[in-house]
Amino acid sequence: MKIETIVAANRFGLGAKPGELPQIDKDPQGWLLQQLEGPPQLPAEIIRLPDTANVLVEVQEARRMQRAAKRSTDGEPAPDVVRKSGSIVRRHYLQQTHARFQVATATDYPFHERLVHFWTNHFAVSADKPPVSALVGLFENEAIRPNVSGKFADLLLAVEKHPAMLVYLDNQRSIGPNSKLGKRANRRREQKVGLNENLAREILELHTLGVDGGYTQDDVTTFAKIMTGWSLGGGDDRRFAVGTPGEFTFRDSIHEPGKQTVLGKTYKQSGMAQGEAILRDLALHPATARFIAGKLVRHFVADNPPPEMVERIANVFLESDGDLPSVHAALVTDEESWENTFGKYKSPQDFVISAFRAFGREPDNGRLVVGALDLMGQTPYRPGSPAGWPDTAAAWGGADALYKRIEWSNTVARLAGGRVNPLDLADSVLGPALGRHTRTAISRAESFDQGITLFLVSPEFQRR
Amino acid sequence: MIMISRRIFLQRMSVGALASGMPAIGLARADTDVRLVLVILRGAVDGLALAAPYGEGKYKSLRGELAIADPGQHNGLLKLDGLFGLHPAMVNTHRFYEDGQALVIHAAATPYRERSHFDGQDFLESGANKSGGSRDGWLNRAIGPLGGRLGDQTAIALAPNTPLVLRGANSVSSWAPSQMPDADEATLRRIEALYTDDEFFATRFAQALSSQDIAGEVGGMGNRTRGNEAQQMKTAMESAAKFLSAENGPTIAVLEAGGWDTHANQGAAGGSLADRFRGLDDGLAALQKGLRHHWNNTVVAVVTEFGRTVKVNGTRGTDHGTATAALLVGGAINGGQVVADWPGLGNSDLYEGRDLYPSTDLRSVFKGVLSEHMQIPSAYIEREVFPDSSSVAAMRDLIRT
Repeated sequence: MKIETIVAANRFGLGAKPGELPQIDKDPQGWLLQQLEGPPQLPAEIIRLPDTANVLVEVQEARRMQRAAKRSTDGEPAPDVVRKSGSIVRRHYLQQTHARFQVATATDYPFHERLVHFWTNHFAVSADKPPVSALVGLFENEAIRPNVSGKFADLLLAVEKHPAMLVYLDNQRSIGPNSKLGKRANRRREQKVGLNENLAREILELHTLGVDGGYTQDDVTTFAKIMTGWSLGGGDDRRFAVGTPGEFTFRDSIHEPGKQTVLGKTYKQSGMAQGEAILRDLALHPATARFIAGKLVRHFVADNPPPEMVERIANVFLESDGDLPSVHAALVTDEESWENTFGKYKSPQDFVISAFRAFGREPDNGRLVVGALDLMGQTPYRPGSPAGWPDTAAAWGGADALYKRIEWSNTVARLAGGRVNPLDLADSVLGPALGRHTRTAISRAESFDQGITLFLVSPEFQRR
Repeated sequence: MIMISRRIFLQRMSVGALASGMPAIGLARADTDVRLVLVILRGAVDGLALAAPYGEGKYKSLRGELAIADPGQHNGLLKLDGLFGLHPAMVNTHRFYEDGQALVIHAAATPYRERSHFDGQDFLESGANKSGGSRDGWLNRAIGPLGGRLGDQTAIALAPNTPLVLRGANSVSSWAPSQMPDADEATLRRIEALYTDDEFFATRFAQALSSQDIAGEVGGMGNRTRGNEAQQMKTAMESAAKFLSAENGPTIAVLEAGGWDTHANQGAAGGSLADRFRGLDDGLAALQKGLRHHWNNTVVAVVTEFGRTVKVNGTRGTDHGTATAALLVGGAINGGQVVADWPGLGNSDLYEGRDLYPSTDLRSVFKGVLSEHMQIPSAYIEREVFPDSSSVAAMRDLIRT
């Protein structure tokens, strides 16, 4: 068996399933390349999920009731109402998390799935507060998943129009001071309304150019003006009542009128076209290509991305006008991707998904997965910031996190109930990459259970 | 009022360059009775809300709906001096201040002048002078003289993973509560053997076992707290107190909390930011209680990556700024003052017309704590902990003698 097979299954993929390695061994690179477009049909677990507009309306309605109850009883809202609102959000979060891990543990397109996870993390929203917590998985499936086989510009636009992103980064109420609503409010000396820079800043810093991309504070503020109006329909404020509740709505009444100059270019378009134009320019900027190439190489190859490889991938990005399948394929065909078998330390999520796959199992419910990953430091869909999860061994290599992985492995091993032979398991997942020291340790274990624990915590399984 | 802060500031700053003619100092074993707790608040805490300059004429008009009432008034600030007041939620911290056990350092920042959280936190934790700096943390570099070898419990992060400030060549531990059953001794021994050839795993495993031993001895640390972030802060502080009180336990603990990025609906005396301050304040009280007599030898430093805009934004919050406030709390602190070279809030006094101007480099506070409290030799600090920072003088008289 080729060592490339192990790299393909475990570093590019999500970890080998039983019996998978011999299939991959026929043509490891080909196996990866044929996954680029994703499966012909969406998995059933994804199709079953509700859509963002419905969930957002449901959550907002519950919160409205909560506020009304609070006002009427003149103090704390009745506990039922509070619980109801929180439990609605939690139910959606758990359902979406379960769906994601069901798909990840079962899929025969693991490279494609890993790419979906990568892009969701790049455009991270975090389940820190309602209503975003109820939308995190829907964001992944609506904005990211359909667009990872297309152009980066289209992915970018889908993301910046998605209600989860707009709410997470406070853009839905960012108001241009000279917009119709802005002028009226400030003339009446109402609660001062104005710009919120959060979305504009994070688009430049995290989504496109990167923090060294050469933009200034002025660029951020001006870009924020361009992005005013990118908002949602509905809402509990009379001023925001237009548009379909819970869906993207461009609000001309809060859009800052006039031409704007960002990064030396003047955008004269009016309305939504202005924002679309600058986003398309950012999508093709050389700094964007380099930033994204760096992140991809870090994710798939090494914590310290080799500069020449990053350069090569960035060039593919630019030459293909940001065609993501071309960029993803370039990662696969680049020789440097294959040089180091265990180049990366698995994140907690990588570890848990690969463990389920090794047994050919899926998680029974979302709660288990959330609980385990929370203890290891990676609560699903909750990176805590729009920068997403980090991607290095230093970030994931805490002593306690390792101990948690050991405890979890021990628990999983006991559940296997002495039925699985740990050496067979190790061979079917790691093949020729299983080192002699680990093989010996497993073979000398006191019991099958202990052998499985040793396999799961072994350096070879903890890395990819 | 402004003059008083400046005078205090100048007294505390070493005037003139560091004595460069000092002989090379051998690394003496630092005092192991002292305790240090570093609390990193992620998200850029609004220093003007934490310690508000109510004495500035323009305070109320500039801060608009974020302004808090004067000391003595309903929901008013807790008076620090004629210029500054502490946020009303911080009652325990105010008590520490009045007992001389807290200092507020204001208009402080790292050398970082952009406004990215992640780069800002990198600067805060790496101690670097410019971006693209080290991939390790200043506190990790600092613990060299204190031990920090494999298995030595010198420093611990109260989190599953190690924050950048504690990453580096010196081995540190981490700990967080668990809900899973323990692995049995026999299996743990075999895992230790499994890891012998792999340094990455071997060191982390050893540190984890060491922390688990302490947690096991101390007791009552098993279960994971449910609850909001304020409750979690309190539990984390209680755990930190237990570790720092344990025999042969660590002497340095690092805690982190997020959620301080108040772009929208920040609130003033009450509201989302006030709730977070209250959680932090409860945590500090819990830490004092848990440390018992060790509190007398403890310094807690509460820091954040940068501050926020002076004016409110369009969503009743603030955007990213520059200078902010830091807190030093503990029985070892020589406190009861606000230390600031206060730049003022006049239009021409602001940084880029929007932020509080940074007149103090936060590293001077770290240097002061490391040298005066942790007894780490200044030469070592200058060479290894904060290289290329010779223009930043250590703040003095932070510690009670």
